[in-house]
Amino acid sequence: MTDVSVTKDAIPAADELVVLNQVNKHFGALHVLQDIDLTISRGEVVVVIGPSGSGKSTLCRTINRLETVDTGAITIDGKPLPQEGKELARLRADVGMVFQSFNLFAHKTVLENVMLGQIKVRKADKTAAEAKARTLLDRVGVGTQADKYPAQLSGGQQQRVAIARALAMDPKIMLFDEPTSALDPEMINEVLEVMQQLARDGMTMIVVTHEMGFARSAANRVVFMADGRIVEEATPDQFFSNPRSDRAKDFLSKILHH
Amino acid sequence: MNVLLDHLAEFREGFIGTVLLTLASGLLAMVLGVIIAGFRVSPVPPLRFFGTAWVTLFRNTPLTLLFLVAWFVVPVIFMPGLSPWAKALMALGFYTSAFVCEAVRSGISTVPLGQAEAARSIGMTFFQTLRLIILPQATRTVLPPLSSIFIALTKNSAIAGAFSVTELFGVQKLLSDQGFAIAWIFLWVALGYLVITFTISGLFRLLERRMGVAR
Repeated sequence: MTDVSVTKDAIPAADELVVLNQVNKHFGALHVLQDIDLTISRGEVVVVIGPSGSGKSTLCRTINRLETVDTGAITIDGKPLPQEGKELARLRADVGMVFQSFNLFAHKTVLENVMLGQIKVRKADKTAAEAKARTLLDRVGVGTQADKYPAQLSGGQQQRVAIARALAMDPKIMLFDEPTSALDPEMINEVLEVMQQLARDGMTMIVVTHEMGFARSAANRVVFMADGRIVEEATPDQFFSNPRSDRAKDFLSKILHH
Repeated sequence: MNVLLDHLAEFREGFIGTVLLTLASGLLAMVLGVIIAGFRVSPVPPLRFFGTAWVTLFRNTPLTLLFLVAWFVVPVIFMPGLSPWAKALMALGFYTSAFVCEAVRSGISTVPLGQAEAARSIGMTFFQTLRLIILPQATRTVLPPLSSIFIALTKNSAIAGAFSVTELFGVQKLLSDQGFAIAWIFLWVALGYLVITFTISGLFRLLERRMGVAR
């Protein structure tokens, strides 16, 4: 494990895919993001953990500008996030997003869900889009459900379709906003396994989660947030065996004891 | 009784007039209403302002007043030589579009926000999101109020009769001026409207049954 993370950590610092620089955001009086500095390199898997209300979901959502920021700058692949419009839409196509509540298009079949973005955004032709959609659905293990509607699938299946839908756009990076928090315990693993596989394939990932097991096994780096700040950044081994901050020690003592 | 059989041609012409006027202005109201609803939820402030102004103006003006404006103001300022039928179409279409817009907007707000977020996050533009994801899912909720709006439109089209457009209600005036018993005329006219409004509500009930979205 240690060896693996060392080799995985040896990513050239120059290849920065996502950079957040002094990002601040308020929800009314609540200062949800406070002076956030975070750099994610290509191929890196960063897991963001922390107590609820710490701003980790908001952080994840600012990266494809589903939430705007008050001050500070975010760049993706060297380009700053543009204003709402065509250019932002183009950039979002390169940033895959997986939501806590799946958000599959309820009026489209599973197959159409995975084809829609390819056809309407990437302007792929229908046959190619369908072939790719089927390949991806097979890859996440729901190929046999292609013609069903989302409501006919279990939560775990829906979330895997949502991952396939995001992958169909050939994203440079995947954002996961608590992908397993709405799932029954027995379905969590099927989703985590897909994510593990993605991480092994070298996808750049930012994962907001409460799954400590996933953080340990798949992350290159753990980012611990509390009260709108990044309190601690470390490799999973360091973080879980020897957290530096009191806040992190307190958090881990509460969640790891049973 | 005989008034119907003796003047079947007039009744038929009036009935067809009402059907055509309702269909045409309903179509216009539908197209405008959806576009204006799109404006009202758009991220562009001038479009939102235009949408709000449109709805405020046409929803709050009495329809008869709109007819008067269409008859006596519009030809002078904008388009001279418009036929009475086209003027009635405009008045009815614009007026009804405000109500259609609000029904569509209420439907849009019933679609979970996550649907739009998912669409935007795979790179769809605002209008793609609206057209491909939001509106199709809003349709089911919008159908019952739309049905009421189109029934109201059918009956509102009677005002056009007072402005010498050939339609069902105008037949009543034509015949009662000739001295026929008014009660019978009213009965046949009312039945004519009933046929149209029942058709509309039946049609919408059929659509509702077909368009369920499972969640």
